[in-house]
Amino acid sequence: MNKTSILALSRVCKNFGGLIAVDDLSLKVSSGQICGLIGPNGGGKTTVFNMITGVYPCLRGSIHLEDVDIRSMKSYRITRLGIARTFQTIRLFPNLSTLEHVLIGQNFLARSRIGGFPSLGRTDKINLRGQAEEILNLLGIWEVRHRKAITLPYGSQRKVEIARALATRPKLLLLDEPTAGMNIRETEELLKIISKIRGLGNTILVIEHDMKFVMGICDYIFVLNFGKKIAEGTPEEISQNKRVIEAYLGRED
Amino acid sequence: MFIQQLLNGIMLGSTYALIAISFTLLMGILNMLNFAIGEVFMLGAIFGLTFVNLGLSIYVAFPLAMLCTGCVCLVIERFSFRPLRNAPPLVPLLSTIGFSILFQNTAENIWGTERSQFPQWMEPVDFHVGPVLISSTQLIILTAALLFMVGLDLFIQRTRIGRGMRAVAENIETANILGVDSNLIISTAFFVSGALAGASGILFGLSFSIVSPFMGMELGIKGIAAMIVGGMGNIRGAIVGGMLIGIIEVLSVGYFGALARDFAVYGALFLALVIRPQGILGMIQAEKERI
Amino acid sequence: MSSYYLDLFSALGLNILLALSVYCPMATGQLSLGNAGFMAIGAYVSAILVVHLHVPLFVTLIAGGVMAGIVGILVGFPVLRLRGVFLAMATLGFGEIVRNFFMNFLESLTGGAYGFRGIGDTPISITWIWGWVIFFLIFFFFLSRSRLGLAMIATHDDDTVSELIGINIVRLKIGAFGLGAFIAGVAGGLYAHYYLYIEPEFFNVWKSIYMVLFVIMGGMLTFWGGVLGASIFTLLPELTRVLQDWRGAFFGVVIIGLMIARPSGLITREILRLDFWLPSPKESKP
Repeated sequence: MNKTSILALSRVCKNFGGLIAVDDLSLKVSSGQICGLIGPNGGGKTTVFNMITGVYPCLRGSIHLEDVDIRSMKSYRITRLGIARTFQTIRLFPNLSTLEHVLIGQNFLARSRIGGFPSLGRTDKINLRGQAEEILNLLGIWEVRHRKAITLPYGSQRKVEIARALATRPKLLLLDEPTAGMNIRETEELLKIISKIRGLGNTILVIEHDMKFVMGICDYIFVLNFGKKIAEGTPEEISQNKRVIEAYLGRED
Repeated sequence: MFIQQLLNGIMLGSTYALIAISFTLLMGILNMLNFAIGEVFMLGAIFGLTFVNLGLSIYVAFPLAMLCTGCVCLVIERFSFRPLRNAPPLVPLLSTIGFSILFQNTAENIWGTERSQFPQWMEPVDFHVGPVLISSTQLIILTAALLFMVGLDLFIQRTRIGRGMRAVAENIETANILGVDSNLIISTAFFVSGALAGASGILFGLSFSIVSPFMGMELGIKGIAAMIVGGMGNIRGAIVGGMLIGIIEVLSVGYFGALARDFAVYGALFLALVIRPQGILGMIQAEKERI
Repeated sequence: MSSYYLDLFSALGLNILLALSVYCPMATGQLSLGNAGFMAIGAYVSAILVVHLHVPLFVTLIAGGVMAGIVGILVGFPVLRLRGVFLAMATLGFGEIVRNFFMNFLESLTGGAYGFRGIGDTPISITWIWGWVIFFLIFFFFLSRSRLGLAMIATHDDDTVSELIGINIVRLKIGAFGLGAFIAGVAGGLYAHYYLYIEPEFFNVWKSIYMVLFVIMGGMLTFWGGVLGASIFTLLPELTRVLQDWRGAFFGVVIIGLMIARPSGLITREILRLDFWLPSPKESKP
């Protein structure tokens, strides 16, 4: 497998006031992998996502997307370079339909063709519309594309969020607890969809608490506790790692 | 000369401080800007004058008018706050803007558009305190304002309801769990806020001999400026801000002429929001929250 | 057409422009309570250019708009990070600063607080005003159907997330703010040349507030909302004398009620879509 590194964090730190949220974190995600970021609650995982996507400034350490240093970039530029994400609590646009969520994800793509101006060219439009259709079908939400996204059932809303992220044609997809609040059937469906997404050439980094999900789909796992990486490895290695078991002591699922 | 200006600034500033307290009370507890407070201020003066003209003594008209404006604010609570608890914060603001227009237009139509003033209620005696001239009227008004401010501060700090208000300001769910009757607290806050604004209106009318249906907007905005400069959600901040704005206004007239008067005040508002929105003593976050 | 109706529909046209000037930043989630200030800039710049420098009228309208737009962009930057209520207060303060500026400075050119009389010899005709109205309506029509319009709605809904899907929200918001200022400036210039008299007191907070009310009443999420709100506000009171005097109270009550019952205003995005009106196709029951 091609082992080019898509994402590389090196000695990244973040503290809020005196509270250390992320402590000297280094990790690498390789192209085509599905990596898991797990750990007990409050471990700093979402903070890591926020730093990667430029929501929080990263003052110490470095963050590279392929070979580009994205540490101090503004969020929209980071997204345009190829990182997209979903959120722990679903954040859809209350006034937009499902289809419009995908279209809006494509917005900057439409502009980039003709130096900044929204493209009105026929071929571009068809191409993007075609891509939108593909994404909606992949996620199984084509039927509800004209409905306001926030009126959809919870599981479908998650899918819309993922579709929106995919619409930006990311190199790296960050999923923040995608199975939160889902039942078993929905979780299995999501597992299949994420496999398909990886199959299309995407790289994925997932924050999750659902262990079956993580073990089932991840190639490689990083474990965070109190902002520090306490272990990394394949699912087999992690499931036998003493420190990890300790950190989760008493926790199921 | 400077001291005289300072004193005048404090006189004016205490009016602003009271209005600012009215704003900040609701801002701190409910994170809500009640835009209509400016017009409630105006109504206080109008009610006060009406009662005096009906023959009541100022000492009766004053508290009566405060009672009325307190009730007016309860009406605002009923329509701008209670049904809109879960709405995005701009919605209650817009609703209070609606009340603002309603009050101003109503006052205009019922009381007429001319300015009036309070009849003289006592023989003013001028005192010379060092280099400074102050009339007995001014002294009484200043004292009243200061009493209100101190009284409210004590109310918030020492009484049960005051503690309840601070609890609700921190976190309304926690306060509920701890047995605080948040609905009562909120209604009290609205009432007190209205009563104070009304009191401020009468004091202003007495100090500066102006009562008009149009006085609400300008004073309201200056009250908001005072609240923001001093720090939102904070009674002491409102007092500091009010005094500061009053002093700024008077001093800028004194040194730069009447031209600069409102410039300095609105400039202060704008700069405060841009540079340090939480104000001097402030605690409320005024900038966008991220994730 | 009698001059009464001409005046009425001219006022309507101006109010529609002002509503559009507020709608533009509002569509990206920014409540501006200071657009009367931009209107003032446009009015005074245009008037000064015509009266003192004899610049052709159309050019001065553009100049007034551009000046207002530039100031809008300059103001837009520092207030960008402010949350809703605070942004509103900052724009309020700004509007007042502008009004005070024209009250106290440039008096030799503008008459200061006493007002600027004799702006030109003859007032412009109603077609000047409505020409601009039609222009902007067409502009917003195409904007609303474009990807840029979609980006505006997304930014309005959630600007943090919008930034995370690649939208440059800084450029979008400042652009919207500046464009709104431009429109208000043009409206100001038109006002000055229609009524031939302006004074700083006219461009006060109430003016800014009423502009916002047009949009709130008619519908905040589409440009037609401001048109409807402006129309109701301008035309409805003509029906009764009572309503004219109590116009403010009436609209105050309408706003209060509207915020409770239907805060997004009368016209929503749904109403504008054709399929809203058609009977829904039978959905298969699970």
